[in-house]
Amino acid sequence: MSERYDAIVIGAGHNGLVCASLLGKAGRKVLVLEANDRVGGAAVTREFADGYSVSACAHLLYQLQSQVTKDLGLKVELAGDKLGTVALSADGKHVRIKGNDVSGVGDEDVASYRDFRKRMTRFADLLKTYLNKTAPRLAKDASKSDMLTLAQLGFDIRRLGRKEMQEFLRLIGMNIRDEVTERFESDLLRGAVSLDAVLGTHLGPRSPNTIMTYLYRLAGTHGKLSQPAGGMGSVTEALAHSARENGATIRTGMKVKRVVVENGRAAGVETELGETFSCRLIVSNADPKSTMMNLVGARNLETGFTRRVHHIRMRGDAAKLHLALDGLPGIAGVEKREFADRFVIAPDEVYVERAFNHAKYGETSAKPVFEITFPSFRDNSLAPTGKHVMSAIVQYVPYELREGWSDGARDAFTKLAIDTLSEYMPDLPQRITASELLTPADIEQQFHISGGHWHHGELALDQFLFTRPVGGAHQYAMPLDGLYLCGAGTHPGGGVSGAAGRNAARAILKSEKVV
Amino acid sequence: MTIAEVEQGRLRSPFFPRQAELDRLFRWHDWKGYASADGFYDTTLEYFSVRNSTGVFDLTPMTKYRITGPDALDFLNRLVTRDMTKIKPGRVAYAVWCDDEGQVIDDGTIFHLRQGEYRLCSQERHMAWLTAAAIGMEVSIVDETEDVCGLAVQGPTSFSVLQAMGLDGIENLRPFGLTTFDFQGTELMVSRTGFTGDLGYELWLTPDKAIELWDALFDAGKLYGIMAMGTEALEHARIEAGFIAAYVDFLPADVTVRTGRSRSPLELGLEWLVDFKKPNFNGRRALAEEKRDGSAWRLVKLDIEGNKEAHNSYIYAGKKGGKDIGFVTSAMWSPVCKQNIALGTVKAPHGKVGDKLYVEIYYQREMHWSRVMAEATVVDKPFWDPPRKRATPPGPF
Repeated sequence: MSERYDAIVIGAGHNGLVCASLLGKAGRKVLVLEANDRVGGAAVTREFADGYSVSACAHLLYQLQSQVTKDLGLKVELAGDKLGTVALSADGKHVRIKGNDVSGVGDEDVASYRDFRKRMTRFADLLKTYLNKTAPRLAKDASKSDMLTLAQLGFDIRRLGRKEMQEFLRLIGMNIRDEVTERFESDLLRGAVSLDAVLGTHLGPRSPNTIMTYLYRLAGTHGKLSQPAGGMGSVTEALAHSARENGATIRTGMKVKRVVVENGRAAGVETELGETFSCRLIVSNADPKSTMMNLVGARNLETGFTRRVHHIRMRGDAAKLHLALDGLPGIAGVEKREFADRFVIAPDEVYVERAFNHAKYGETSAKPVFEITFPSFRDNSLAPTGKHVMSAIVQYVPYELREGWSDGARDAFTKLAIDTLSEYMPDLPQRITASELLTPADIEQQFHISGGHWHHGELALDQFLFTRPVGGAHQYAMPLDGLYLCGAGTHPGGGVSGAAGRNAARAILKSEKVV
Repeated sequence: MTIAEVEQGRLRSPFFPRQAELDRLFRWHDWKGYASADGFYDTTLEYFSVRNSTGVFDLTPMTKYRITGPDALDFLNRLVTRDMTKIKPGRVAYAVWCDDEGQVIDDGTIFHLRQGEYRLCSQERHMAWLTAAAIGMEVSIVDETEDVCGLAVQGPTSFSVLQAMGLDGIENLRPFGLTTFDFQGTELMVSRTGFTGDLGYELWLTPDKAIELWDALFDAGKLYGIMAMGTEALEHARIEAGFIAAYVDFLPADVTVRTGRSRSPLELGLEWLVDFKKPNFNGRRALAEEKRDGSAWRLVKLDIEGNKEAHNSYIYAGKKGGKDIGFVTSAMWSPVCKQNIALGTVKAPHGKVGDKLYVEIYYQREMHWSRVMAEATVVDKPFWDPPRKRATPPGPF
């Protein structure tokens, strides 16, 4: 307890690091405490088998905000950029998507997809402005900047023009299934677009507001997919480097047990090892539920607030499957160079919805959906020469499996996932030398995210913008003096974007000025 | 096939058989599912029993929660605005609880029955809010409304009635104290509490001995002018005492829709119940802000000239009227004070003690309406506050 810090950041996830770095840059003395032995939170590259590494959770970069990289002078080295998407068909007649273009479908779908993307991009741009801003207050004590932001949001929507504005307001609460079935003939195209709308959520294509989640995915960088060299860990390593350059101290293996509350305000933190740090500014990168219910404790907060936090929906459904391969599998109709791209298994929108059905009842999908990459194809640092890794997001794998998660349950689902994959890659099973499956329960346990939900809270209209994480606490400052949130559970949400961390840092610095 | 007969309609208190025998008016209303009498004989008569002898009011429909568990005290201390650590076992606290915006949800009494064991009593039901307040706490909340029945025994002879009933030691019970007696093998809890602003007690026990208790009480009270009373008489007594009632003088915050329609404890004259020394309780942040910036409303006790009751009157700052500054929420001619009294709510900064305000009273004489602007003085003390309320031991009759 010798050193004094201006701020303590709990968790060295990418948002925590962005926040720490920006606070450091503004001259604050910052201490970052990370529970795990390395920085990065869920954005880490991990060796899962001898010589084989993958990004443990998120494996593609599509939301990192230029505002963040610019503010921090960060340069992220990419192994692959503008990745295409191959929507796999068991019969080899795949559909290929790149930017606004799609091939392997009829002419009408080609034109229709282009229209769809253009409109979606325009709407996504509308959201993008607000990703990098604190969501405005609507209450009577709204500040001038709140009113300006709000006015701008209204103006931006109105500026779309009467027809487009109506279209935006019509679509924003709608489900993606209605839109894709209305627009596209091709089953594979429908499936692929549906999948993008529901990746990482506890939603199916027929769930409300899945167009909003699709827009959110596009909002970052128009949906441009890239693969960071060295995996996602290199992004957070760079952020940690930046934080240290800006004077922050980062200590790993320091799990915070609780936020010390004295006289009704945050006064420091205590680690599991019993070490206490006094500090009047605590910034938590942990999810809102963990932070409020576990670290702070309901008794230090008010009832209405804890009730809202308690009810945040955050049940993860996305599992990560990692395979060590002694060579690339064969996929009918796919050329070798295409292994640089992204593959999806979502034959149509009904398949995706059916896969989701199981998750509602605590079961894993009988026929799961996949987003697959072979990161070692472009990045030989991830696997021994000539060998490869597959990194796949598999849905739906419920956080709360009805029978409970066990090694047996994990093995059974791994087998089912590989069986499903082999329908598209017949020689895959023979090529596997090692595998790892991270269920949402594993993600919760290893990365300390309640419910193992990568957005730290479902991305839905009722948990978005003014109501993220909960109404009345959406401007990073929590209703406990000296406590802020800076993680994906706050506005704008999850994905490796850094926006929440940057917005939080700006909110903190702004409020300090007022004091 | 026959359709099974199900008991339906209003619940009956275990005292109902005796009340039904006395009832001459047949006027009952609904109180949270229970049948509760407006009155039995005559409102004025029943009212005078509270002020001159003893009135007995059936408290059974009162919502009662048993609160126990290791975090019971912390739970209550966060729930209500006052400092519950000061309420020792055997004591009762009048308390008010707020939402996060510092707006009153309800008021009630908390009985510290035994170390770490509490009973929360209120007019309204609050399980949803209490359950939310229990998130993250080790506390058990059990609704025992139907498991405990109660009688308020209020008035100057109430002490003598209970003594005559054989409750030895009742003379030592101080205001807001509670104690227990053996009553025919059942535990009878007696607290020196009430809603009349007079000397009085509340008796609580399990429903199986309800009739026996009623009989014992009325036997003992025969020579002390004991009389059953209904809600209308109680209503008069509580206005004289300056007590506020939910849905009358304030609206529970959880049922208001429009902003500005709920009230904070500061606005209800209950600042003495708000302990800012506690680091956290529901509404603390908002109330601290309100205390700093000033409240929007102020509850006033009004002493009004004339004898026309000021029901629902608008309140003005000047005799000429103009823009109203508030309205009357409870009004009556007080027989015992010989005063025209009212409770009202006015916009701050109006309504300081001693302020002269005006109430616009509409009254009817043989169908025709008339209007009078009556001067109303804001007073501080309860209209009715006899020393016998506080005397321990209370005077016998």
